[in-house]
Amino acid sequence: MSERPKSLFEKVWEAHEVGKLSDGRSQLFIGTHLIHEVTSPQAFGMLRDLGLPVRFPQRTFATVDHIVPTDEGEEPYSDRLADAMIKELRKNCEENGIEFFDVHSGKQGIVHIIGPEQGITQPGTTIACGDSHTSTHGAFGAIAFGIGTSQVRDVLATQTIAMNKLKVRRINVDGELAEGVYAKDVILHIIRTLGVNGGIGYAYEYGGEVFDRFSQEERMTVCNMSIEGGARCGYVNPDETTFEYLKGRPYAPKDWEAAVERWRAVASDPGCHYDDVVHIRAEDIAPTVTWGINPGQAIFIDQDVPRPEDLPEKDRATAEEALAHMGLEPGEPIRGTKIDVAFLGSCTNSRLSDLQEAAKYLKGRKVAPGVHAICVPGSQITARIAEQQGIDQIFRDAGFEWRGAGCSMCLAMNPDKLQGRQLCASSSNRNFKGRQGSATGRTVLMSPLMVVAAAVTGEITDARELFEIGDEKVA
Amino acid sequence: MPALEPIPFVRGTAVPYMGDDVDTDRIIPARYMKCVTFDDLGEFAFYDERKNEDGSDREHVLNDPRYAGATLLLAGANFGCGSSREHAPQSLYRFGYRGVIAESFAEIFFGNSITLGMPCFAMDRPPLEELAALVRENPALELELDVDRVEVRAGDRVFPAHLPDSARTSLLEGRWDPIAELLEHNAEVDAVADRLTYV
Repeated sequence: MSERPKSLFEKVWEAHEVGKLSDGRSQLFIGTHLIHEVTSPQAFGMLRDLGLPVRFPQRTFATVDHIVPTDEGEEPYSDRLADAMIKELRKNCEENGIEFFDVHSGKQGIVHIIGPEQGITQPGTTIACGDSHTSTHGAFGAIAFGIGTSQVRDVLATQTIAMNKLKVRRINVDGELAEGVYAKDVILHIIRTLGVNGGIGYAYEYGGEVFDRFSQEERMTVCNMSIEGGARCGYVNPDETTFEYLKGRPYAPKDWEAAVERWRAVASDPGCHYDDVVHIRAEDIAPTVTWGINPGQAIFIDQDVPRPEDLPEKDRATAEEALAHMGLEPGEPIRGTKIDVAFLGSCTNSRLSDLQEAAKYLKGRKVAPGVHAICVPGSQITARIAEQQGIDQIFRDAGFEWRGAGCSMCLAMNPDKLQGRQLCASSSNRNFKGRQGSATGRTVLMSPLMVVAAAVTGEITDARELFEIGDEKVA
Repeated sequence: MPALEPIPFVRGTAVPYMGDDVDTDRIIPARYMKCVTFDDLGEFAFYDERKNEDGSDREHVLNDPRYAGATLLLAGANFGCGSSREHAPQSLYRFGYRGVIAESFAEIFFGNSITLGMPCFAMDRPPLEELAALVRENPALELELDVDRVEVRAGDRVFPAHLPDSARTSLLEGRWDPIAELLEHNAEVDAVADRLTYV
């Protein structure tokens, strides 16, 4: 008798559940813990106060990304607070025997870029980090999610957290994406369709023909933004693409064949139960940009900024607030909106394939006068490979600044910030008010190619027209 | 491990902040998270909502003297969405809030708040709007979040709320911070670790 079919989520949960707590929650084992300088120092402080050691130091991996300046290489950093934070993390890692991908290691980068890059991120594992974009690692068939700092403490002290089991929503995207439509457009479309709170209580399992064809890096872009749809984690079942990506990476398992066999077995079984199933047609998705102050306030590039009165009543107040903040005219096209800054980076879209695709079209073009354009690779390794391929030169020749690795202007905890009401075409993940460092600054989320198109023209642009891609070729 | 007090109720006056999809960047802008402890976060709660760029007060319900001293926050749907930063509930707590009533909560924010012992009650929109109207009418109105009955009392009115059983139990039994109980199961944790080939 075979067991009843199970989803990947269910299998991973069962393998990591230690037991039930008195309040009914599960005690869940966290196999891989990632930490960075912003949400971990308070946790180490709590451990010190309680007199507790780090219980599995070999299962925590650290890097510095949020506060690290992308244009100064030497410490001490001019920002004293940032300098204190990196030193605190370094001290905590040293004292507790935690591996730290430090700025001089050549392997530093955004925590969600370097986990996969090092092969630390693996199928069938649980991964937690004090950062909501930990959902990125779900691209490998891991159950990966963000946690608060008290939970960082819990993981350090016990390698477990208290958590209620999630439901699972399967999201199928079938068909074929048109040229010029990217993983970023797919996830923005999913969030727009299901809502920014549609995923509360769910893990999202992404599948279908589009995900089968997606590269590992494209899957990461989608899983990364699961949390913007309210889903604490999102994942793709591991397959040959996943194994191929991980093979030979520093932390890949030594018993490779056996590991691949285990990983194959962890994928969702055919016929398993999902709490909800959603179908999306790839052909319905066009390049997507946000017009508001949350990632669900998005439209296709050829659509007009919505009129609040045309929206469902519950969405109107937020829409009014968004329009007031963004200074956009309802009923008018979003195309042609002037930009001040172009930001290509973040844990959503700063991987090698993002930079390669953007550079392919940027080559030989110039950033429009008056636009401040920066490209921030996700990791030092990504930057190095890009530099070997001459990609940095393409960006530099075009007028982009080529920066060091970090989170940079995605959340502006380092010196990379918008000024005043500047409007930024951004490949990042959040367009919240004030997100990019200015309370009145404005963010329009889009794919890396659309960022490059906006940088070149100085306005929100349909990259397909500018670069003569697909059916939108100029006649 | 320091013992925790049970939290059977929270009482206080409220501020009708409302608004949907209020994200944690708005609750505490990232630029104020450059710190290695949570101690000084209170003054930055809703900073960009409350302050102009020159640091002067904006006209905002959070600056309205009628609601000065409020210890409960009324908000709309999906409160606390976005980042996992515990800095958000920590800043609200240190600002003086002891409970939040909203149409719904983002998951990580909710968990972080309960772990601080700050109850978050979800409430359907119609009663929530009615409650907010009562508070606007009488800002001195004292509300009580009854954790046991999962309802909010305001004068002679009672409003039904929602709270997951696990949160209710942990608040009532003084185990809202789970660390003590997590530490009790080291042997079982080791058994799971031994079974997992990658650990």
